[in-house]
This record gives sequence, C-alpha cells and structure tokens, in this order.
Amino acid sequence: MTYLEMVDKFGLYFLLGLYPKGPLGGLALTLALASAGLLLALPLGLLLGLGRISPWRALRWPVTALVFVVRGTPLLMVIFWAYFFLPSLTGVRTDRFNTMLIALVVFDAAYLAEIVRAGIQALPKGQVEAARSLGLSYLQAMRLVVLPQALRHMLPSLVNQFVSTIKETSLGYIIGLAEVSFIATQINTLVFVLPTQIYLTLGLTYFILCFGLSRLAFWLERRLSVRAFTAPLEATA
Amino acid sequence: MIQFNKVNKWFDKYHALVDIDETIAKGEVVVVCGPSGSGKSTLIRTINRLEPIHSGSIHIGGQDIYTDTASVNALRQGIGFVFQQFNLFPHLSALQNCTLAPVRLLGLSKAEAHEQAMALLERVGLAHKAHAHANELSGGQQQRVAIARALAMKPPLMLFDEPTSALDPEMVGEVLQVIKALARDGMTLVVVTHEMGFAREVADRVLFMDHGYVLERATPQAFFNTPQHPRAQQFLSDIRSPFVSS
Repeated sequence: MTYLEMVDKFGLYFLLGLYPKGPLGGLALTLALASAGLLLALPLGLLLGLGRISPWRALRWPVTALVFVVRGTPLLMVIFWAYFFLPSLTGVRTDRFNTMLIALVVFDAAYLAEIVRAGIQALPKGQVEAARSLGLSYLQAMRLVVLPQALRHMLPSLVNQFVSTIKETSLGYIIGLAEVSFIATQINTLVFVLPTQIYLTLGLTYFILCFGLSRLAFWLERRLSVRAFTAPLEATA
Repeated sequence: MIQFNKVNKWFDKYHALVDIDETIAKGEVVVVCGPSGSGKSTLIRTINRLEPIHSGSIHIGGQDIYTDTASVNALRQGIGFVFQQFNLFPHLSALQNCTLAPVRLLGLSKAEAHEQAMALLERVGLAHKAHAHANELSGGQQQRVAIARALAMKPPLMLFDEPTSALDPEMVGEVLQVIKALARDGMTLVVVTHEMGFAREVADRVLFMDHGYVLERATPQAFFNTPQHPRAQQFLSDIRSPFVSS
C-alpha cells in the first residue's frame, strides 16, 4: 500500500474517527478535547490563581495545597485518578471523553494558577494601592485594575500552557479515548507497512496545531503591545 | 479633622512611629518633612489605613478609623491619596482613570462622571490629554492626572506622599501649582515633601520627623528661621547645601 492509498482509505478515519456511523474521534476529537480543556481550565486556573494569593487563609491554604499536589503529580497519574478513583467516589462511570477532560482541566488549571499568581504579583504594588486608596474593594481592584494588566503580561505563558494542553490530549490514548494518536496507532496496526509515514503525519498534525496557536498568540501579543498600556514591571518605592 | 493619639507602629523590630500625638484641623495645610526613613510616609499612609498601626488610635471627623465597624473602603473614598510614583492605571486613559471610581463607587452615570472628569482635567491643565494613556504623558502630567483622579471622589481631605520626588526638576513646578491651588480653595492637605520653598509658601504648619518621632511642629517661618531641635537644624543645613560634607 502506498502513502496516498492509505490516505485515501484512512484519511477520514484519521480526521473524524468512526463518525458519522459511530462516535466522533480522530483529529476532531483531539480538537474538541483541547478547546474544551482550554475553555474550562482558564477560568478555573484564574480562580485558583486568585485563591493562591487571597488574603483569606481559609481559601489560600487549601488552594495552595491542591495546586502543589497536582503540580507534583504526572498527568498520567491524574488521568488514572479520574478514570479509576472518580467513578468509585461518585458511583457513576464517567465516559472516556469527560474523564480525560476532567483530568486535563484539573491538571492545567493548577499550572495556570501559578502563571496567574506570578502575573499578578509581578505588577507594581502601587497599582493595587492606588485602586484601594480610591475606595475600591479588594475584588474590584482585582477585576478592574490588576487582572486587565496582568493578563496581558501573562499571555506568552498562557499560550505556552495551551500548547502543552494540545499535546497532553494524546495521553487520552492510555484510557482508550479515540483521539488522533489512538486512531493513528490503530491505522498503523491495520496498514502495518507504513509506520514511519503514519507517525510523521501524526507528528506534523500536532506541530501544525501548536505552531498555529503560537503564531496566533504572537500576533495577538503584538496587537496588544501596540497599545502597550501596561505598567512597567519595575519595583516602585 | 485628623487626630493621632499615641500612635505606634513597628516594622518587625523597627519602631517606625513612636507615640504620635497630632491634631490636624479642617482646612489646614500640613507639610511633613524629615530625612529618609524618618517615618513621614508611614505616617500619612496610616491615615487611610494603607499601613496598619499597632497601638493608639486615629480619629477622622470624630470617628475611630481602626475600629472593627469602620469600613476601610468607605473611609478611603473620603481621602484622596497621591503617590510618589503616580500609579496611574496604565490600561486606562487619563479620562478613564478619573471616571473609574466615581462610576463604581459614587453611582455616577457614565455621562456625569465623564463631565466631572473633564472639568477636573481642565483644572489640572490636561483636558487636551484626556484620551492619552500614562505612557504618553510626562511624569508631571501623570502626577496631575493622578491628582485629578483622587479629586474625582470629592474627598474633603487629600494626602500627598512625596508627590514631586520622582519628577524631573522642570516638572516639579506644574505639580506644586496644582497642589497650591487646592490649598487656596481651603482643602485639608497633608503633604510629605522635600520642597522647602513650597512648605514655606503654602503650609500652615510644618512637622519635622526623625526616627519615628515628630521632633518639631511649627509655622513655616519659625521652622525655617529658628528651628529648635538639633536634628531639624542639621536637616535644614543638609538640604540647603547638599554637596558640602561636614
């Protein structure tokens, strides 16, 4: 079988899995997982990041503990927890997609939390003091003054984490989720004679996704820095 | 208007404010001066609770500001604070810097806040820079916007923490002019500054601080012409001839 014959025969399977006859899989599932993961992990990471620097100990300590535990654990372990431990806790068997999604969101949120924390703490102290001395509450100061600036500073690190998330979806393989790596492996088993070509195609697919996202972020960064209104990152007296 | 009663504050072991007993009257313009590390910035930062105190009490308009029932946000709405480093919000225009708090805290409509902010920027001579951001303004202009931002909350009391210390010399005048105009309008001002010309001209009273103590309180005339405390005499001679080593 030549490469083109294989593409002809398995191309759609690579892109969509068994869809429309069966469940969605392949690249489409990878994209769905990555985007859902990013969309959910960002707000959770933001909340955890705010919790990490909260002046209220009752919030700060448990959040800090959670972040450190998750960050000190391989993603594979988090996936196993979500796969084996979560159903025994809830009594309901979560499907593979949601299991993987939960693991990804928890794992990435912990990393995003540290990015958010660092981004906020890098802002000059004077910004919070100026906001608070006008009479704004802590949360108002965060929402109206600190976060709009901090998020811009964080953008490169956030994108870095997002790129990681895309690649991390490949670990869904381990619980039999039919994302693109899993499908590629199946195709390889069926075709047998083209492993190099198949895994090069898979690698190139991930590269295009990640590179595309990086370029998009770079463009966004430049657009924002044309309106570079963020405070200089220097200590104020 | 402001009363300090035996106020003490420590930074770890360092005794930053020692038994401060002061009264500042309504409409009074008080200049606080003293060498670096003397506690003068700490002193005015305790007035709006940016720095907590460890003993004693501070009353503003008769109310103890450190009781549990005192709302720190409500307190700060009535006290304008101007920083050495300006601290304009860099993601907002000059105008938005001046409308943010009035819209969120005083319940002004966007239009009302806008109109008031334009009037204030006019007053500090920067109406033409209303849509500029901090990075497009000089230090002096940023500080004048910061003053307008504080005034937008219509506070009866304004605190200035070395408002001209971070400025290039040619911009000091424009900021001092604005503060001087506030003094003429009868506002209560507490100004930490090294600008002795300003103190002489505008202050009703000068407080001299060193090592956390208020060592001297006097009219500007008395303070500059006949300083009583040896530390004050030394300080005045140092700032008059800064390059002469003793």
